[in-house]
Formats: sequence, C-alpha cells, structure tokens
Amino acid sequence: MYTFSNKLKTFSFILMILGALGVGYGFMTSHKSFEEVETLLAEESHHGGGHAAEASHGAASHDAHAVDNGHGEEAHAEVDEHKEHIEHVQHQIANRPWSALYVAAFFFMMIGLGVLAFYAIQIASQAGWSPVLFRVMEGITAYVLPGALIVLAIAVASGTIGHYNLFVWMDPEVVAHDKLLQGKSGWLSLPWFTIRGLIFIAGWSLYRHFARKFSIAQDTAEDQSNFKKSFRIAAAFLVFFIYSESIMSWDWIMSVDPHWFSTLFGWYVFASMFVSGITVIALITIYLKSRNYLPFVNENHLHDVAKFMFAFSIFWTYLWFSQFMLIWYSNIPEEVTYFISRFNDYQLPFLGMVVMNFVFPILLLMNADYKRIPWFVVMAGLVILFGHYIDIFNMIMPATVGDRWFIGIPEISSILLFAGLFIFVVFTALTKAPLLVKGYPFRKESEDFHY
Amino acid sequence: METSKVIHAIYTDDDVLMSAVKKVKAERYHIEEIYTPFPVHGLDKAMGLAPTRIAIAAFMYGLVGLTVATVMMNFIMIEDWPQNIGGKPSFSYIENMPAFVPIMFELTVFFAAHLMVITFYLRSRMWPFKEAENPDPRTTDDHFLMEIAVDGNEEALENLLKDTGAVEINLIDKAH
Repeated sequence: MYTFSNKLKTFSFILMILGALGVGYGFMTSHKSFEEVETLLAEESHHGGGHAAEASHGAASHDAHAVDNGHGEEAHAEVDEHKEHIEHVQHQIANRPWSALYVAAFFFMMIGLGVLAFYAIQIASQAGWSPVLFRVMEGITAYVLPGALIVLAIAVASGTIGHYNLFVWMDPEVVAHDKLLQGKSGWLSLPWFTIRGLIFIAGWSLYRHFARKFSIAQDTAEDQSNFKKSFRIAAAFLVFFIYSESIMSWDWIMSVDPHWFSTLFGWYVFASMFVSGITVIALITIYLKSRNYLPFVNENHLHDVAKFMFAFSIFWTYLWFSQFMLIWYSNIPEEVTYFISRFNDYQLPFLGMVVMNFVFPILLLMNADYKRIPWFVVMAGLVILFGHYIDIFNMIMPATVGDRWFIGIPEISSILLFAGLFIFVVFTALTKAPLLVKGYPFRKESEDFHY
Repeated sequence: METSKVIHAIYTDDDVLMSAVKKVKAERYHIEEIYTPFPVHGLDKAMGLAPTRIAIAAFMYGLVGLTVATVMMNFIMIEDWPQNIGGKPSFSYIENMPAFVPIMFELTVFFAAHLMVITFYLRSRMWPFKEAENPDPRTTDDHFLMEIAVDGNEEALENLLKDTGAVEINLIDKAH
C-alpha cells in the first residue's frame, strides 16, 4: 500500500494556496476602468507599443472633435472607434484571469482523461506489458471527475457570473448582431452546452468508477468474471469516448472561436491529451519507483511508456501540421484568420510548442538506451508537458485575450493551483488500493515483461 | 591449401541450443558460427555478439535525405525559378516551407529505409546469385547447427557437446 507522504501533501497544499492567492490577485487586478485602459494605451503608444497608431489616431480625433464641430459626424465615428477599441482592450484584460484559469483547468483535466482512454485501451487490447501500471493509471484517472466538473463550471460561470469572458456566443448581445452565431445557436446555447458537458462527464466518471471497482474486485475474486466485465465496459467506453471527446473539444475549446471550425480538431485535442496523459503516467511511475513503491516495475516498462511518449508526440505533430498546412495551403479567409492571429501575436508560443512537442521528443527519445534512463525520461516528459500546456494556451488565449497575453502571475498561479489539486487528488487515490493488481490474468506476464 | 578443423554440433531444439551456447561459452570455446532456421530470441546476447549499429546508420541516412530534399527544393522552387504559382510565397524557403514538408518527410524516410536495407545487404554479404554458405540444408528447416573451431582438443570438446544435448557431432575439415 502506498502512503501519501506528509511532505508531498504539504507541498500540494502550498501549491494550492499559492495558486489561489495568485488567481485571486489576477481577478482583482483585471477590472480596469475605461479611463485606466485609455491611459494604459496612451502610455503604450509613448513606448512605441503595437497600438501606437491606433492610440494616437484616437487622441487626434479627440482634438479634431474639440476644434471643429462642423465635421461632427466624421469625428463622432472616430470617437466611436476609439471608444470601441478601448472597450475591446478592456474586455481582453478582464478575460485574462478567466482564460488563465480555464487553460490550466483544462490542461490537468485532459491529463486525467487521456490516461483514462489509455487505460481503457490497455484493457480492451489485453496488453501484456502494462498491468503493473494499472493502479498508477487508476490513481491518475481519479482526477477526471473533479477536474472535468471544474472545467465545465468555469466555462458556465464565465457566461453567468462573468461577463462572457471565454465564449462570446454566450453573450446574447453579440449573438443578436451576428448572423453566423445565430445560425449556430441551435448547438451553441448555454443550457444545451451544460447538459452535453454533464452527459460527457457522467459517461467518463461512470466508466472510471466501474473499471476501478472491477479492478479491485478482481484482486480477491476466485474467477475471471470481473476481468471480463472490465474488458466489456472498456470496449464500450472507448466507443463513447471517441464521440464524447470529439464533441467536448468542439464545445470546450473550438467554440471560443465560434466563427471558425476544423474537422480534425477533435483528434488534435485527443493527441494532445493522450501524450500528456502517458507522460504523466511515466513521471508518476518514476516517482513512485524512486520511493520503492513499485518494485515490480522495471526499465522495460519504462521503455514501453517512453515509446508511447515518443510515438504520440509525433502523432500530435502530424495532426497539428495537417491542420495547419491544409488551412495555410488553401488560404480561405474564413478559416485562415485562426492561424493569422496566432502567427502574428503568438509567434513564440506557436512555434515554440512545435519545438517542445516535436523536435525535443524526437531527438531525446529516439535512442532506445535513453528511453530506459529515468532522469532522461523525466526531462523529456517535463518538456512535453510544458509544450502541451502551451498548446492549450494557444488554443484558448488568442480568442479571449488576443495580443494582451503574457505568462505572468494569473497563468502561473492557475497552473500551481491545479497542479496542487491534481497531486492531492491523484496521490490520495493511490493510497486507496494496493499498487499491484493481484488477480488480473496478465499480471504475471507483465511482471516478467522484458524487452 | 591450408585446412583447419571445425566441429559441427547439431541440435533439434532452440532451448537446448541456448543452454548449449551458454555452456560452451562458459568453457571458453570459440563459437565460429551458429546456423538456425529462424531467429532465436536472445541468441546474440548468449553468444556475446556486439549490438548492431544499423539504426545509427539509418538515422544518418535520414538526415542525408532531409538535406537532399531541402537543397533540391530550395534550388528549384526558390533560387532557380521563383515563379508565382497560385499565390504561394516563393520569396524564401521558410515562407513556402509547409508546402515542402510532405516531400521532406518522404525523402527522409526513403533515404533512411533504402540505404539502411542496402547497408544490411552489403554488411551481411547478400546479393542475387550469391552462393549459399549453408553447411547443412537441414538448418533451414528444423535443425540448429553450432560450429566450433578445433584446436587439438577434439575429445574434450566432443564430450562437452554430447553433454549439452547435441544429436549429431561431426568433425569437418574446412578448406580455406
């Protein structure tokens, strides 16, 4: 049995408290008045910021308005433009702590969900190498229920208690002036969005609940009936998962840009969650092994997990590139704006994540010997995880905060908050059952696994 | 013509062969060659053979392929005749790179795969019309053959091999 060390528990609490403080700070400092934003923009124009032209244009129009009333209409239009611009920036600044929280919440949720899918695949494919890691995976998937509820709660709260800080389609004012959003309102409506989210979370959590239950029951069972049941529900879950995951990614991520759509988006998000999940399995396995809780796990198991990290990093890149290249190549205006805003305002994160999610893993994890060295896998894993955080960041932020992004206190605090929660939930779940599946039919094969 | 003597010990089971290899190695005899009808898992380790470096070769061939693709398309599409084809930006390689990636990928794989296979053929001396070096046709079907150099110790070696479960032991004069 694993015991949650007090040190780690304290560490997770410290992360949560620090994170909560930072998130609170982020929300407190994000409500800027119209005048504050106006001076901010004026200051930025003095420093030669990106808004120099617009801001000076705004100032000039004020003067014109004051001097010459004869050109009232024209000047009014310019004043309106100036006002609109400031309100736009004001909204972006207010969106930042919401988006930071949402990105971090989604990132940790998707780790849990990715591991759940991986776990179901291992059972449905009757893998012989992985059963010694099942309890680690079950521990990680304990985060799916709280994590997914938090993501949905943030999404709904942004449209109810917030000022539509994540999803513009939740704003009836916006929809009233937008033909495209009216056309999509059959799907993108707050009640239906919430119900869909709850159905998905219920499906994932039910599978997780029963898979865990059968897995523990199999430990003491005389026959294989629990194994057979868990096999059957794994197969059923995988069918449910691929539909629900796809729709979830439209709802929770793609709809932040409600004018844009992409067909392989669900797969793309799936690749991101799958590789992050596998990486976390490797990291937690290495951690527990270093504490001598997993004597039956050897470097061959690590080698296999690292191979999955390697292969799915490339799979992610394949989907990322396929989506990018098809849109870049045909250059249809209604699609390509998605990448133009990312390429202009997010150049470093947008290209940096390709380096972290592709170039690093392919060079670090190609050598078979390196895949067996724990510290090497940890290093590669941290790069991959950070890269996929940036990936989610790149999906959400351009739609909500635009060029007002920065990885500062709101973002880092949100990561700390959910990292603390994740560690607490996962390691608490790990203490609930022995770390080796006892009665699982492939246990022996897995213990003797050798590559 | 100089002749040297070798012993051919024949086995009918791969597990017996594996334990025989370990025993022969432990007695510090030099195994010249082993002929098997199919890959025997772990045999190379038991024999103490050096690991293959063909994967390293393949990686470098892949880099060659990537370079060939890049240099080729940079010359053709950007330097030699930078024509406007459907509005694609042919001002620099990097601006037009997404369009080149499929070819860069395929040529990397092509070079890595084919040159690695050719390397394998050369290193293992395999080509059409090559004369087969099979000492006993049965080793292509269901027999395993271990060839050990004899150095005036025939009897001790023969006894050792008998103990390891060899079904047949032949002393062969090998012409060089």
